[in-house]
Formats: sequence, structure tokens, C-alpha cells
Amino acid sequence: MHEWALAEGVISTALRVAIEEGLEEITEIVVMVGELQQVDRDAFLFALEQLRTQAMRRARFTIEPIPARLRCRVCGEEWFFKREALDVDEAEAVHFLPEMAHVFIKCPICGSPDFEISEGRGVWLASVRGVRMVG
Amino acid sequence: MVDPRLEVIGRRLSKVDRVLAVASGKGGVGKSVISSTLALALSGMGRRVGLLDLDLTGPSTHLILGVDGLRPIEDKGIIPPRVHGLSYMSVVLFSPEEPIPLRGVDISNAIVELLAITRWKDLDYLIVDMPPGIGDEVLDVIRLMDSSYFLLVSTPSPLAQETVRKLLLLLLELKAPILGVVENMAMETTEGVKRSLEELGVTYLGAIGYDPELDEALGHMDKLMRTKFAMDVVKLAEEVERRIHQKIRS
Repeated sequence: MHEWALAEGVISTALRVAIEEGLEEITEIVVMVGELQQVDRDAFLFALEQLRTQAMRRARFTIEPIPARLRCRVCGEEWFFKREALDVDEAEAVHFLPEMAHVFIKCPICGSPDFEISEGRGVWLASVRGVRMVG
Repeated sequence: MVDPRLEVIGRRLSKVDRVLAVASGKGGVGKSVISSTLALALSGMGRRVGLLDLDLTGPSTHLILGVDGLRPIEDKGIIPPRVHGLSYMSVVLFSPEEPIPLRGVDISNAIVELLAITRWKDLDYLIVDMPPGIGDEVLDVIRLMDSSYFLLVSTPSPLAQETVRKLLLLLLELKAPILGVVENMAMETTEGVKRSLEELGVTYLGAIGYDPELDEALGHMDKLMRTKFAMDVVKLAEEVERRIHQKIRS
């Protein structure tokens, strides 16, 4: 389960942010998940639940999907990634390593693989909310 | 917004005793074949060895090792498949045949992702085959794998020596650990590489002779490890062990 590796990063980073911000308890962790990587939401949530620590025992995990917006560097065309554009093997490669999109996806107008992923690439920790330590 | 991948890279490498980045400012000096053969030589000496091909746009270690049809093994991340006794990771696991056109930001992102999701088991050495140049890959290895030793490959060519010198200057400035420089494709005794290293206070690790039979042996492990080239790389592996132990003691 590749989602586990990403969840580990989220939990570790959230704990570090909580310490830096003086939170004694974490109440909410908001994660943005880019659609390009096709993270399985249930598997990801399961991993987050399993990795939950004492400091976040009552925390709510909020997962916000972000559509993957691509922009061609050659002709300027902008478009959104559609999972259906890839076959099973291609989708799996992009799932493991989103940069593989440059192998399998081309600009729908000029056919170039030279595009930027302007939004919706991977997993980001958007915010950590909690109760601050008193004193 | 915080990138959570950066937080786990140290943990993914925590079971790796030492990382050895095989680099050179120049292409075509034999980095990949030295990386692969060095990994096999160290493994033959009983060490637990991993090989990470970080030449994302021009990977070639899979051709040297003669592997085909490898797929990632998914288990709470990715477990590197075993190849001739090595734990092996390369982008060819995700795209075996197609060209991979990547710009700098994509290369950096792909390296972070690979390091964040690959679960290396207990290793004595992780050999990293670096691409040519002083670009994202070198800077990312320094940034993300900060205890890596650099092993540089040069040749008797003044062009290679000049680019290696520039890479050395960068590594020295950034205080990145340098194991030394090996001279590849040595035809006769050449003093050029040694002299330029003395000026910088960098160790000369030895010479690997030019072997016209090497190309034919690529992809065939039995043939490869019987070449004169491989015998020289075995000596390099012994020198690497000696130098590493010296550095650990000092």
C-alpha cells in the first residue's frame, strides 16, 4: 500500500508542526491530495487512522481532493487530468511516481510532453489545528 | 502548505549504513557501469548492497545488469526488487521502454518521491548512480542524503578532468564528504588526474584500465564479472572499504 508511505509523511509532519506551534493536542489535520497521483482515499484514511498518535487521538482527518491542472509549455494550452486517459499500467506508474505523467500524457492541442503540473500533483499538509499549551 | 515527503526520507534511509554517490561532471566516463559493477563487487565481498539509478532521464544500470520486466513491489511504500543479490531501484520500474522527458522541477520532485516511498532494508552500502552534470540530482543528494560520500569518476581526457574539478570545487564548498576520484579508461600511466587532485587535497582511488571487451559483456553477469574492467573494480571496492573504515575511525 503506497498510501501508507504518504500517510507516514503526513503524520510525522503534523507532529512537527504541532510542536513548532505549541499545540498540546491536535484536533484537525487537513491534507490536500492532488488527483494526478490517484491516491486511494479509503486506503489513505485507513493508514492515517492506523498511524494516529496520542497527541492526535481525537483529531479529524480532512482530505481535500485537488483537480490536476496541466499547462503546456509549448502552446500554452491548459487542461485537467482525466484518469480515463491512461490504461491500467500507465495509471499505476503515475500513481507511484506522478512525474511519469510526462511519459504517458501529451498536450491535447500540440502533442508535446513538455507541460507543467500547475496544480494537483501530490499530497500536501495544508493545516494543523489544535489546542495550544497554556502558560 | 508543507510537503510531507521530506519528513520521512531520513527514516527511509535509516537502515542504510552508508550512501555512495557515483558522480562526475561529464557524461560518458563510465559512471553507470562502475556503479553497477562496484555494487556487484561489494555484494560479492559479502556486503548488503542497494543500487539506486538516479539518472532519471537516461537510466542504464538495468541494461548493464541485464534485467527486464521488473515491477515495483508495493508494501507500505515500495520494496526495491532483488537483482543479482542487489536491492534495486530505477525509474525503469515505472517506465521500461519510453523516453522520460523531465525538466528540473520534475526531476527534483521525482527524486523526493522516490526517496520518500522506497523502503530500503538493512544495507551496508547504497550505491547511487548519478547523472552527468552539476544539476538537480547532485544538489538533491547533498540536500536530502546529507551523509552521502561522493565517489567521482574521471578519465585521462582533459575535458573530463576539468568538469570533475568543477564538481569537486562545488562539493568542497558545500562541505559534502568526498571519498575520492577513480580514473576510468586509463590507457597508460597518466599523471594528470593525480596532479589535479593533489592541488585540491582529494584522494586518488586508483585507475581502471580501458577494456575493449567490456561492451560485449554488458548485460551478462558471468561475462561482466570476468572482464579486466571488473577485476579493476573489485580492487576499487577493496579501496572503498579501506577508505570508508579510515574515515569512520578518524
